[in-house]
Amino acid sequence: MRAGRWLIGVMVLGWLAACAGGPATPTWSADELRVLHSLSLDALKPLSPDPSNVVADNPTAAALGERIYFDTRFSGNGAVSCASCHMPERHFTDGRAFGVGMGTIPLNAMSLVGAAYSPWQTWNGKNDSQWSQALIPLENPLEHGGNRTLYAHLLAEHYRAEYEALFDPLPDLADSSRFPRNAGPVDSPAASAAWERMAPADRDAANRVFANLGKVLAAYERTIVPQPARFDRYVASLDADGRPQGEAVLSADEVAGLRIFMGKGQCMNCHNGPRFTNDAFHNTAIPGAPDVPIQRGRIDGVVRVQADPFNCLGAYSDADPDECTALRFMVTESDTLLGGMKTPTLRNVAETGPYMHTGQFATLAEVIQHYNSGGFAIQGHNELTPLALTDEEAAQLEAFLHTLTEEE
Amino acid sequence: MRRYSLLLGVLLLLVAAIGGCGGAATPAMQMSSNAPADTDFGTTRASDGGLFQVTYTPALEPIAINELHQWTLHVETPEGAPVDDAVIAVSGGMPEHNHGMPTEPQVTEALGNGDYRVEGMQFQMGGWWTITFVIDAAGQQDSVTFNLKL
Repeated sequence: MRAGRWLIGVMVLGWLAACAGGPATPTWSADELRVLHSLSLDALKPLSPDPSNVVADNPTAAALGERIYFDTRFSGNGAVSCASCHMPERHFTDGRAFGVGMGTIPLNAMSLVGAAYSPWQTWNGKNDSQWSQALIPLENPLEHGGNRTLYAHLLAEHYRAEYEALFDPLPDLADSSRFPRNAGPVDSPAASAAWERMAPADRDAANRVFANLGKVLAAYERTIVPQPARFDRYVASLDADGRPQGEAVLSADEVAGLRIFMGKGQCMNCHNGPRFTNDAFHNTAIPGAPDVPIQRGRIDGVVRVQADPFNCLGAYSDADPDECTALRFMVTESDTLLGGMKTPTLRNVAETGPYMHTGQFATLAEVIQHYNSGGFAIQGHNELTPLALTDEEAAQLEAFLHTLTEEE
Repeated sequence: MRRYSLLLGVLLLLVAAIGGCGGAATPAMQMSSNAPADTDFGTTRASDGGLFQVTYTPALEPIAINELHQWTLHVETPEGAPVDDAVIAVSGGMPEHNHGMPTEPQVTEALGNGDYRVEGMQFQMGGWWTITFVIDAAGQQDSVTFNLKL
């Protein structure tokens, strides 16, 4: 009997030793391990070419685009640049609910990190390329507030040599009767009327310069790709049996949060792949924001992108029509379009609040609370179902999201 | 000796209940598909009405989520004769989530010998998917639904 108790004691001690650390050193199943690797940055493939932008991967174009990206002269008041809302030090967001340019834009600035991978740009996907997207804020009176002949003049004055090294020579802008300082299809009545007075061929020339401006900006934006986070180091620390090796990279709570992310939280229904986004449009019953119009989401984005003269099928695209796959196979009619917003990346999410398309939620805790509740759609079909996460699980999920921030 | 055996048995049960170390005791990941147990995930199926034998071959193997890719669809009669000049419509979705695909795929080219190019295939999440082809050929229509586990 004594020997038996002694033996049991040894066995229990042995079990405890083998399990040192307990839940902090979990094993992942083969399926789970496969999913974990699919989320790791190591799974990120090289960026596909953008056939609509002939200078997309031209380093000279990217260098010019980078200079213009930060150049506040490219605005109606000389004070707004792309970096006003897409700040590198904030993972290319601005920390505000609404963007602020020449006015206040009632939309939350999306991160540009990894955005080049997405077939659709902006919350409702109203652009099918980064270069066509870049043109929208340039002419929005609330953002850069300029117009297309102004930008042609600014390019001629500040970047003529760099521009003409990449593209055909700029048109003869000195003739102000042909190319007024301010002309474009914009809100300003004077600039709009000046645009209407221009000869069609000159308007076309101005459009082409404008498109090229977008293309060099996109060439720079394509270089903004996700960098490794603590989560990626954790996945790299897992052995073939799914056990972390070496010093613990994630805490027990962060690992528990990761498990919720992959399972009970249903987060991976949309936030999947190494960028933690499926680039698709979903109605997740996000409430409206006070005093701003309700965004109808993808249902408007579809119409906008089809009508955009700078889309992949348009006259200023460098692509063959066959290469415009996003547009060719776009979902144009579905009950999922109303209220559908593009899934944002979760890389750096802890640093890129406030959240949702009009910054409705200030904190990640509020975001998780919304998804946990299941929400109530103010329009369209709500894709959510309540998650029944406990307070502890919600906190663990939030702890995990903090591991997606880039490490220096 | 009997009591010793009993204690050992209890101990073994205890270890079994704890399930080894740490995380192994936590519930299995819930994102795997819950398709019915008898679901046929084959890439060759007879159409519902038995008019056609249909095979799909993805250009992307294995199929990865969020990647636009093409399939080749092969249509033949039950006797193995290729069916050309068919008009084929494509649709797909996730039965568990009641949503469709992020794209609208199309049959864009008849390649001959009963083969058809399907462009615009894309899946935005892992799990159980169904893809349905409605095939019109020689005045007759039939449909076939494939199950996929991604």
